Amino acid sequence: MEYITHTWHWSISGFLIGIIMLLLIYFGKHFGMSSNLRSLCSMTGVGKHVSFFDWDWKSQRWNLIVVLGAMIGGFVAVHFLSDASNVAINPETIAQLSKFGIEAPNGKIAPNTMFGLEVFQSPKMIFILLIGGILIGFGSRYAGGCTSGHAISGLSNLQLPSLKAVIGFFIGGLVMAHFIFPLLF
Amino acid sequence: MNLLKYLAVGFIFGLVLTKSEAVSWYRIYEMFMFQSFHMYGIIGVAITTGIIGIQIIKRNKLKDIDGLTIEIIDKEKGSFRYWIGGLLFGLGWALVGSCPGPIFILIGAGFMSVGIILVGALLGTFLYGVIKDKLPH
Repeated sequence: MEYITHTWHWSISGFLIGIIMLLLIYFGKHFGMSSNLRSLCSMTGVGKHVSFFDWDWKSQRWNLIVVLGAMIGGFVAVHFLSDASNVAINPETIAQLSKFGIEAPNGKIAPNTMFGLEVFQSPKMIFILLIGGILIGFGSRYAGGCTSGHAISGLSNLQLPSLKAVIGFFIGGLVMAHFIFPLLF
Repeated sequence: MNLLKYLAVGFIFGLVLTKSEAVSWYRIYEMFMFQSFHMYGIIGVAITTGIIGIQIIKRNKLKDIDGLTIEIIDKEKGSFRYWIGGLLFGLGWALVGSCPGPIFILIGAGFMSVGIILVGALLGTFLYGVIKDKLPH
């Protein structure tokens, strides 16, 4: 059981993610999560006004089912397959985060400071989460994919556009983590 | 059931991403601070597995589940959209520590606050749809 409740090794996890992508290809589909955001927008009927959302999203229903399965997987993993040894990040990282007032993981996958229920009472945190979401939604659609569509699917298929997008992801991420994040906390 | 296989694949995806902690804000921050190999290992092995698998599929002209020869569509050529879109995405990814897959996984796992990120992500997607034709690609 410990093999399951401990943090899964990166080599096993990476291999399984690669297999998931290949399985979806075998099913005649593709691995890409951010297009579900477009489907969800389209489901509201907004396609009548914005042509980008006027498409056959129903052909992408399978992907929404993948998302549903992923949500159940996340639920099972957090509630039944976790233990206190999880999220053993670098002690240096923990020390840095404590300066920002962000607590050590102690087995949790996300800090309460940013993701606990108390954030609903903090306009600043609501704003940060909302802005983060907007950047993710806008950026992934502009770039035509996210970590799954470009970093995993695209690079696996040796796509130059995906390499550009992934380098963009990392430049943006480094700028945020090293320069902007310290100003916010 | 035809759709059940997608539910199963999704379930495993959610399990792997959570148990590997790729959905963890802490792991994403640690990655961008270069303080752990963990996330680079996951992404690197996933891509290596993918490259080998896709080469096998292409070289042997393998067929999919419906018996059709597998064709993987190339990404559209271009630069601006990939650099700038990628950069904006990266800023958001490092700020809230989740990309689109993990947003859904974390909500499923019970993190209600991630619902705010999802609302933002839908707004961002909507905004792109509205101003798309005015943007350089």
